[in-house]
Parts: sequence; C-alpha cells; structure tokens
Amino acid sequence: MTEFTQLSLFDVLDGLEKKDFSAVDVAEATVKAAEAAQGALNCFTSIDGDKAKEMAQASDARRAKGEAGALEGVPIAIKDLFGVHGVETSASSNILKGFKPRYESTVTSKLWDAGAVFFGKTSMDEFAMGSSNETAATGPVVNPWRAQGSDEKLVPGGSSGGSAAALAAGISYGATGTDTGGSIRQPAAFTGLVGAKPTYGRCSRWGVVAFASSLDHPGPFGKTVKDTALLTQIMSGHDPKDSTSYPGEVPDMVSAVARGVKGLKIGIPKEYRVDGMPSAIDTLWEKGAQWLKEQGAEVVEISLPMTKYALPAYYIIAPAEASSNLARYDGMRFGQRVEGEDLIDTYEKTRGEGFGDEVQRRILIGTYVLSAGYYDAYYLKALKVRRKILEDFNAAFEGVDAILTPTTPSAAFGIGSKADADPIEMYLNDIFTVTANIAGIPAMSVPAGLDKNGLPLGLQVITKALDEETMFAVGGALEQAAGFTAKPEQWWA
Amino acid sequence: MSVTKDDVRRIARLARIAEPADRLDSLTNELNGILDWVEQLGEVDVTGVEPMTTPVQTPLPLRPDNITDGGKRDDILANAPKAEEGFFVVPKSVE
Repeated sequence: MTEFTQLSLFDVLDGLEKKDFSAVDVAEATVKAAEAAQGALNCFTSIDGDKAKEMAQASDARRAKGEAGALEGVPIAIKDLFGVHGVETSASSNILKGFKPRYESTVTSKLWDAGAVFFGKTSMDEFAMGSSNETAATGPVVNPWRAQGSDEKLVPGGSSGGSAAALAAGISYGATGTDTGGSIRQPAAFTGLVGAKPTYGRCSRWGVVAFASSLDHPGPFGKTVKDTALLTQIMSGHDPKDSTSYPGEVPDMVSAVARGVKGLKIGIPKEYRVDGMPSAIDTLWEKGAQWLKEQGAEVVEISLPMTKYALPAYYIIAPAEASSNLARYDGMRFGQRVEGEDLIDTYEKTRGEGFGDEVQRRILIGTYVLSAGYYDAYYLKALKVRRKILEDFNAAFEGVDAILTPTTPSAAFGIGSKADADPIEMYLNDIFTVTANIAGIPAMSVPAGLDKNGLPLGLQVITKALDEETMFAVGGALEQAAGFTAKPEQWWA
Repeated sequence: MSVTKDDVRRIARLARIAEPADRLDSLTNELNGILDWVEQLGEVDVTGVEPMTTPVQTPLPLRPDNITDGGKRDDILANAPKAEEGFFVVPKSVE
C-alpha cells in the first residue's frame, strides 16, 4: 500500500499518471489522515469528505479521457481566508461563523480548473492577524514538530498555521496561504516546509477575505521547491476582478527551479543580523551563503539601512488598512449579528463580541492613526518610510540578483509562551519577512536545517518584483545543497 | 504622543466596537506600547518623499462601463443575519 503522507505533489501526479492509484484513493487517504490528526493538531476549520470524493471522481474521469490538468487529482488544503463556494469561510473569526460564500475566489478557481481536489479548510489566526495561530476562534493549532525529548506543544507559526501544520503532518500535497507580513514564510520555516509569496499582484486577491489590501499576498506552501513553484504558477495570472492584479504573462517557474545559480550575485544584508538571534540561525545563514558560492554564485555583503523601520511602518499601515477593511462587518448583510437597543448599539455589540482581542487591538490602532490630527504624524509618515524601504531594495537590486536572509529570528515556540508578553514581542517574529510585503517583491522560505532541539529553520530568498524565476532558482539550489529530509516524528494520529 | 483611557473609549466609539470596559487599562497600556515603539519612525528623514500607498507601479486600469453582472438577489441575501421578502432586515435607523 502507498504511504500517501510521504508523497510530494509531483509524486502524486506521477502515481496518478502511472495508475498506481486513483484520485479517489488519494482523496480518501487524505480525508482519513485529516480526520485522524484533527483532534491532536486542530489544523482544520472544516473537513469535507463528500466534496473531496465527488471532485476526485470527476478528476479520475477527466484523466481517463486524457484531459488531465496540471494538478489533476491532487488534494490541496485551503486556508480559511479563501472563499470556496458553499463552504464555510470564517477567517477563523466568530463574526463570520456560518458564512458560506456564493462565490469562488479566483485563486481557488484556478486550482480547481487545473484539476486539484478540495478536502478541507485550514485554521488561521483570526483575520490573518497573528504569528502563532493562537488567535483562531477555534483555538490554537499545534505544530507536528516537537523539540527532541519534549512533548511541549509548539505553535506552527501564523497566520497560515493550519495550512502549514496540515502539510507538515503529510496531510495534503500543497496548501494555500496568504502573507501580509510573513504569514506564509514564517509558518513554513516553523514546520520544515517551503512557502512562497510571489510579487504583489501575481495572485489575485479577489474572493480572499481582506486584511490589509496593499500588503496581502496569496501564495502556496509545498513540500518541495518544485511543488511550490508549480502551485505558484497555477495560482498566478491576471484577474480583471482585482484592479491591482498584474496583467503580464506568468513565467515558467517550474523550469526555473533546476536552473542553478551559476553567475548570480547574492546579497547578504548586514542589517538582518539582529541582537539575541540564536547562533544556530546565524550559522545556517552562513552555510546557505556557502552553498550558493559552491554552486557558482558570487556572494556579497549589502546594506538595507531602512530595515529596522519596516516593522513599525507595517504596524501603522496594516492596522490602518484593516480598520477600513473590517468596517464591513457590521452584522447587517452577512456574518453574525448581536441585537442591541438601536442601530449603533447593534453595531457595537456585534463587533465587540464578534472580533477577538488581537483584531480589536489592531482595529483600534488603525482607527487612531487615521483619525483627525494623527493622520499625518502616523499614517502619512509610515507611507513615506514605506517608499524609502522600497528604494533600499531597488538600490540593492542594481547590484545583486537575489538577497539571502534567515526567515525568522527563532524556531517554533511553545503555545502560550508569549501570552504574558507585550504584543510587540509577537510582532517581532516578522522582522525579516515584513520588508518584502512593504515592497511587494517576491520572497520564499526554504527549510535548510534543524536547531539543537531538532526544530526546523528556514532561509529566505528575496528577489526583485516579477522575478519569481530567480527566486525559485536560488530556492532550488538551497534545497539541493541543504538536503533537508527531516520529518516530524508521528505522534498525532 | 500617548493615549489615555478616554482616548481609547473615543477610538472604540469611532470604530463601532463596544467599550471594552474590562480591558480598558490593559488596552491603554498596549496601545501606548505600540505607539511608543512606532515613534522611532521619527528618526527617518522623509523630506520630499512621496507616500507609497501600493506596490503597484502602473496606473489603475480602466474598463468599459458595461453591466456584466447582476440578478443575484438570493445569493446576496443568503448570508444575511435577517432577511424577509427579498430585503435585508435591519434595526430602525431613521426616526
């Protein structure tokens, strides 16, 4: 019998093509694994075995007729931020409990059009606000990875923590996420996966619940760089329904993976060396640079002087946009309503009870920085700093083809371990990832090694806008050199 | 700049969020912590820098002003907390 949980996306495509198994076989195994793990990992907001079977049967029929798409018969886990027709899409928030969209997001439409099979929605930080998946209305998601000799439950990272945990546990062969400040790359690093955020505008935001529209990037998780490249390629493309969607051609990202890095110039930004970073991360970063050098790249030190201002600017811009985007949840047209004495009271009770603490905190910050008298001092200032950060990158990319950094300043931490800390400590998780959202440029995390406790660590590759090919080429080179094959020891099912 | 408990009440009112009475002290502290931390942006000289609202470098595209969608009343009402006779039912808002 095939051990489905061990297969990559390309392994599944290969097995389906050779008729080793059918799409129905894969879907059934996936649903079974999801149901078995849910009690321990809590990574799904819903699992839909019926829909999975129905889509898998249709997929087998297409393949039999010789009409197989690029993802024909492959189950893909969907973050609960993507609207899937008729399936609850709650953004892991109580305020959207029971919301079943009558539309399909562009990104998921593209996946289904390519033959992918739906089987469940994955948990996330509420409205994608968080770095640990602890703010989900359905409770924290548990990372399949544990420190050696410990049974402490660790976070999978966030906000796309459910997708990361599910894929790391071998349930599914790819997963969607969204990345507003690091919400794909940080959980990918915490769970030993590949996670990519393409250029802003590559993947349509249409039908995806909005958090901070100018920073939100849909993207995929994969077990390998090649799997991730294929998913990114399928999810990308112009969408007239998203006015910020990029109208140009989608490059061949899959072929880029094996292109190599010979002759490329790789920048190491000195500002990403921060105080208190574990030495394992520093060592891995140096190793990563060495691997690329050995494969023919030239490695040079660069400077991105605005780096330290990216996170503070983000914590003005993202809450400002969120406070505006989340104004739509008023209990009138969709979602939950809590009846009050009058209209205003109904709004206030609906939002006070429907939104969790972190979401409320960010709406309040956003409302404050946009309010009369503070707009110029906070919001406008942050937008100007944002341009300075972009200019930093533009200047750097005059001299280098790609930038190599660690993905996160630490490995996965314990659930609840930051509960008493001030919010900023949690925000610092995104210190290395947020810059690429501010600038809208491609960035990915590649699993590159384990720390002394046996927990995965990731390296991040950043390239200039629209150059996903170079990003995947460098990612592919790192993957090959790292030979990262570690898997979490199965304890959850 | 720092916020007081009254400021937090006022912001909550603006954001149409019920006054978080039991968390007012902690929220005031957290908000001040975050605002103190973002103060460091003051170090950056932004003279003559254009604000950046989006990473998109091209102007917003125009499309023909045609009706391409519609007739979805039931789809739109399907998720309403309260609907009757093809309408949303909302609390009285005009005296």
